[in-house]
Amino acid sequence: MSDPNSQTILGPDGRKDAIELHSVTIRFAGDSGDGMQLTGTQFTDEAAFVGNDLATLPDYPSEIRAPAGTVAGVSAFQLHFSSQDIKTPGDDVDVLVAMNAAALKVNLRDLHDGGIVLVDNDGFGEKDLEKAGYAANPLEDGSLKKYRLIRADITELTVRAVEPAGVTAKNAGRCKNFFTLGMMYWLYGRSPDNTVEWIRKKFGKKPDIAQANEAAVIAGYNYAETAELFETTYVVPKAPLTKGTYKRISGNEATALGFVAASVRAKKPLFQGSYPITPATDILNELAALKHFGVRTFQAEDEIAGACSAIGAAFAGNLAITTTSGPGLCLKSEAMNLAVMAELPLVVVNVQRGGPSTGMPTKTEQSDLLQALFGRNGDSPMPVIAAKTPSDCFWAAMEACKVAVEYMTPVVLLTDGYIANGAEPFRIPEIEDLPTIEVVHADDPSTFKPYLRNAKGARPWAVPGTPGLEHRIGGLEKSSPSGAVSHDPENHQKMTLERQEKVASIQTHVGPTRIDGCHEGDLLVISWGGTYGAVSTAVDRLLAEGKKVGHVHLRWINPLPNDLEQVMDRFKQVLVPELNVGQLKLYLTGKFGRKMHGLGKVMGKPFKINELVKHMNVLLETKA
Amino acid sequence: MIESSASPVLTKKDFVSDQQVKWCPGCGDYSILAALQTVLPKLGIPKEKFAIISGIGCSSRFPYYMDTYGFHTIHGRATAIATGTKLANPDLQVWVITGDGDGLSIGGNHMLHVLRRNVDLKIILFNNEIYGLTKGQFSPTSPMGLKTKTSPMGNVDRPLTPVSVALAAGAGFVARSVDNDVKHLTSVMEAAAKFKGSAFIEVLQNCVIFNDGAHNDFYGSLSRKDKVLYLENGKPLTYGANSEKGLVHKGFAIDCVDIDDANRGQVLTHDTSEETGTLAWTLSQFDYPERPVPVGIFRSVERPAFHELVDGQIADARKARGNGDLDRLLKAGVTWTVD
Repeated sequence: MSDPNSQTILGPDGRKDAIELHSVTIRFAGDSGDGMQLTGTQFTDEAAFVGNDLATLPDYPSEIRAPAGTVAGVSAFQLHFSSQDIKTPGDDVDVLVAMNAAALKVNLRDLHDGGIVLVDNDGFGEKDLEKAGYAANPLEDGSLKKYRLIRADITELTVRAVEPAGVTAKNAGRCKNFFTLGMMYWLYGRSPDNTVEWIRKKFGKKPDIAQANEAAVIAGYNYAETAELFETTYVVPKAPLTKGTYKRISGNEATALGFVAASVRAKKPLFQGSYPITPATDILNELAALKHFGVRTFQAEDEIAGACSAIGAAFAGNLAITTTSGPGLCLKSEAMNLAVMAELPLVVVNVQRGGPSTGMPTKTEQSDLLQALFGRNGDSPMPVIAAKTPSDCFWAAMEACKVAVEYMTPVVLLTDGYIANGAEPFRIPEIEDLPTIEVVHADDPSTFKPYLRNAKGARPWAVPGTPGLEHRIGGLEKSSPSGAVSHDPENHQKMTLERQEKVASIQTHVGPTRIDGCHEGDLLVISWGGTYGAVSTAVDRLLAEGKKVGHVHLRWINPLPNDLEQVMDRFKQVLVPELNVGQLKLYLTGKFGRKMHGLGKVMGKPFKINELVKHMNVLLETKA
Repeated sequence: MIESSASPVLTKKDFVSDQQVKWCPGCGDYSILAALQTVLPKLGIPKEKFAIISGIGCSSRFPYYMDTYGFHTIHGRATAIATGTKLANPDLQVWVITGDGDGLSIGGNHMLHVLRRNVDLKIILFNNEIYGLTKGQFSPTSPMGLKTKTSPMGNVDRPLTPVSVALAAGAGFVARSVDNDVKHLTSVMEAAAKFKGSAFIEVLQNCVIFNDGAHNDFYGSLSRKDKVLYLENGKPLTYGANSEKGLVHKGFAIDCVDIDDANRGQVLTHDTSEETGTLAWTLSQFDYPERPVPVGIFRSVERPAFHELVDGQIADARKARGNGDLDRLLKAGVTWTVD
């Protein structure tokens, strides 16, 4: 193999007739074994290098490898890249790449009229059509008339292109994703150089595979040019991003990184007790690889043991977390309540997915809000914070840790499958810009009482091993402030209220409501969690049309900012859009006794900007 | 590592908390409490380095009565919680107090996993063969036929043998003792305390209210000589008032015989370090009235403890990659700069 730096693969592109676009959404779709996620991330990295803003969303089946060629086995990766600030992976798709008939069948509905559909003819054989449930070949029956259909014998061309590498026929065919990637690079005026470099590094130990993939991406690029498949090419200029160094990050990666950062800032070893569950597993995968940070990841025998081991670690003075998704949160609820009662710091991450029960493991939803707030026996207040974007998971994880240790309380961090698997540019912070996390351990036996609260309402964190502070905690009600077991009625009333007040006092940390757009007017939109991108973009569109709309995106759902009610009063109507059938709306209605509109979507998919705009306009027009 | 130097001399009194003990008068739990309060001061470990973690049930009130760090947790989960505590601070000696219901029914799953992982916990399972705190329902160790409030026509569940479960799960240290023989109990506890890795002790314990005399047939002070087999490492496996009965091989099994001159040489010797665990397993299956009930240490085989393996990987990772540097981690991977 030659030195990757010794040659330039392709000279600078001299094309002049490219059309400039603000933003493009591409969806790569194929069989789960077709390497669509890899193709998508390669294109994403290239878009990032060029300086586009971007957002991505993988969409994969819960079956690891459903029968090849079936609709159940279709895996897709969507990328939205732009010369402007964008916050979602895009509503409708501009370009659909379909490697087989099933991929076309599943994804065509999201391609807008006039969009490009690029297909591999070799994925539309008789058997492929049958497996996808097509009676007639859609490439030939005119059903794709309203799109710009581009057909290529991708598999066949790939196999021919990689022949010199001498790989097996099976491996040759598997290079077709790189061939396709090469075609897309040409269409958007992107150089395949970085991908070639990546291939050489990645497959360094298998030179034949490296050579084959490299040949495929170059061949795809050249084929797109010489075969004149596309009428034109496109350019998406760089976006005006804030100065800084960026990397592409998914929500789960950011969550893991946030916990490590919190551990460093708090100067406390990180302990994670978790059980693998989709879509939260990646947090465990990420942290398991960071042992050199002193991170202890404990893959427990079940969700309960995951939470319990974390509580045990918190008791012993670690920064402790447990991560899960919906059904796992159900299992953890008794343990979470123990942390409420014992007043130990613990962060419980719930990467929400479609429910109830096993529901739709790989699809997104926001339907665990009420469970996070109330899903425990007794009056059991627990702070709940929700991350709004993939990169925000980093900051939300740090903030959850800060509140947990500074207030001695378990905290629920809600993310969802959409932001957990979705990715966007993350502006890498400098260490000194990270929040401080103050940990104080009790060490004075003369003043120590297990439930003597400080100004924040927090009890002392006295860690086993500290001489003279031997004490007992547990799930039974404790006497204030001695910590002895108590069934005294007045004491239970007092302790219940103290726990409530402690969590309510986190309002000091939460601060006042942040309003984007109008601060008073016709419509206030209140959102939370991963819908931020779509909702804020929708509100921006209405503002651009001169509508009097405000947007409050709640970061902390418990406690709420203390001026939220007054903010609501300044608007004629309130709309609460969420990916459930009205959980935040129910919570806010209960808190404030105020009429508000809900918009609930439970299709396993995020909101589209257009559907939000449409709904908001209907509300605005109704009142006008 | 647990430091044993320069610590003040401790006595039983140092381990008695200011809380009034609230078990029923005559409960077997009292002697177990007294035994542990006798053993801990002898270990040369500073008092603040003990953590006692329990689940739910009568026995699980135990931590409140010990003046150590203690955590009375939730039903069945003490083993899981203690795992986190031990991993977070390996310097602590962590005791788990559980019962037949807590440790083998609701917490059965965690018990298996804690033992197979060899988490360095000293686990005392109080076995009274009944649910006491809920006032008398059959437990996973209740004998078949036992009439309780939830089995008015007799228990139809086949019971578990805790020692067999522990051995099957791969526990390194497995023992059984009784609540009415404090000397035996303290010696077993001491051996468990000094063992590195999971140490499992079943204590046959009497519930005076709901299952009184459950173990009396064999370990009552009169019957015990004849019906209990005391396991002592390196000693012949004999029992009876004058050690007149002994254990010998019979094919793949073990038979109980009256010792005579002809078979004296064939009497088996107890070996807690027997690698395969076959002897321990066979003994664990002995049950009254067909066989004498073995008490003592069945198996004591040390292997690397879980926290040593976990911390070993952390040390290896640090050796290979250096101590984690957050700035480098944040900037790792494919990055690009916007000016």
